[in-house]
Amino acid sequence: MRLQFSRKMLGIPYAVFLLFFVIVPMLVILFYAFTDKELHFTFGNFIRFFSDPSKLSTIAYSLVIALITTVICLAIAYPVAYILARSNMKRKFVLLLLFVTPMWINFVLRVNAIRELLSWTGLLGEANYFNTIFGMVYDFLPFMILPIYTTLLKIDHSLYEASADLGAGWSKTFTRITLPLSLPGIMSGITMVFLPSMTNYVVSDMLGNSKVTIIGKFIYEYFGSNWHMGSMVALILLIVVFLTTWLTGGFREDETVRGANI
Amino acid sequence: MNRKHLLLDCCKAIFIGLVLLFLYAPILLLAVYSFIGTDIIGTSGEFSLVHYVSLFTDPKVLTMIGNTIFLALASAALSTILGTLGAIGMYYSKRRTKTMLGAVSRIPIINAEIVTALALAIAFVVCAIPKSYFTLLVGHMVISTPFVVLSVMPKLKQMDNSLYEAALDLGASPAKALFRVVLPQIIPGVISGFMLAVTLSLDDYIVTFYTRPNGFETISTYVFNATTRGNAQTAETLSSFWALTTIIFILILLIVLISNLVGKKKEADR
Repeated sequence: MRLQFSRKMLGIPYAVFLLFFVIVPMLVILFYAFTDKELHFTFGNFIRFFSDPSKLSTIAYSLVIALITTVICLAIAYPVAYILARSNMKRKFVLLLLFVTPMWINFVLRVNAIRELLSWTGLLGEANYFNTIFGMVYDFLPFMILPIYTTLLKIDHSLYEASADLGAGWSKTFTRITLPLSLPGIMSGITMVFLPSMTNYVVSDMLGNSKVTIIGKFIYEYFGSNWHMGSMVALILLIVVFLTTWLTGGFREDETVRGANI
Repeated sequence: MNRKHLLLDCCKAIFIGLVLLFLYAPILLLAVYSFIGTDIIGTSGEFSLVHYVSLFTDPKVLTMIGNTIFLALASAALSTILGTLGAIGMYYSKRRTKTMLGAVSRIPIINAEIVTALALAIAFVVCAIPKSYFTLLVGHMVISTPFVVLSVMPKLKQMDNSLYEAALDLGASPAKALFRVVLPQIIPGVISGFMLAVTLSLDDYIVTFYTRPNGFETISTYVFNATTRGNAQTAETLSSFWALTTIIFILILLIVLISNLVGKKKEADR
């Protein structure tokens, strides 16, 4: 029988690719996370990870770093996005472009630039936690600006006018209209800043003088010594990622694409 | 009233200016010092191109730049082909298949890069696939192909479906209809998908680190090693990165400027 061509079939290579290089690796991690060295089923990795006080304190540090980074990013990004979105400038996206352009320099080179700046000011090696957070805010700030800007831009202008006509002042309009309607943007911004600041150890390694350990770094350490523990940490991170994405209302396709859609 | 307005506008401008200063200060600092003949920022020296000379005469540095560019182009090209075909296939699949493929395709996008990287690295070992250029290429494709799908999908939704049918009715083969009718309509999405894949690959450190063959260096891994390990790295190597950052920054500015001018011209033509 001759196989009839249908356009669906064009998706087969991608489906196979996803099966082999996304699903299978996830299953492998799942298997390793719940087995011991003899490949017997066990919850031991999970218990071992959560009963190690030094690990727990690192997790706490890591979460605090990620939280502070996210809050600072939000505090800077919201006013920036608000001012840009509400300005009457004709070609305001050129201004937005200025905020995104540094993001297109290689990530490690960008962190290196911060490193040089910090070493110039004498802070490198002195204030490791401050430096790490400084670098993370620098690197992830555009991830917060973009989604908030996009949602603010979509708000119908007549809503502002109606609010003003009905006698609401700036603060009332802001808390009752602007803020609630931009919440989806804030949420995807938070996801896109919080997750990398918990897992991307390039920044903490290069700026924290190897004294700052974040959760993602555990995986690096275990990769050299114990894959079962490494997989367990990866699995926990995976669950955290999916929970965060789910709680913040999922990710929106048009806002995540790193400014490529401008 | 007017005065208050002016004051507010001033405050806004100052705030925007400060944030921009924060974003550009580190890069401008490197850009300035890349033209000064000193290896330590803050010390004085005379105008010199020595950092550029050492950048372009160090064979290791040249190799890693070449590696980075070639890997980005190769993985982006493959991702674009795979992702575009995948998007077309998904678009015409049954609803259930479409939802399922879409969900799996999102995993690498929302997942932490380190989890994707570790999972791939362990899976390669379990399947007895030694680390090679192939595994590196696959690693980069895993992170970029889903983004290609995301950028092609909206164009498929906007496409006029009857044109493909019309082409078939008029005697075109499916391949010809796809190339001559479907592709031209989705090409903006394909191009932006390719660009996105290139930038993702250029930027990547973590997946590269876990999937690369021994001794293979990209800009990311090379600079990371040079700054964190500190072993046998001369101050000369570190300061040649200033020149590299400056060159990349200038290239990006040029691209942004040109694409902006082209966009403006297109707007004016309309």
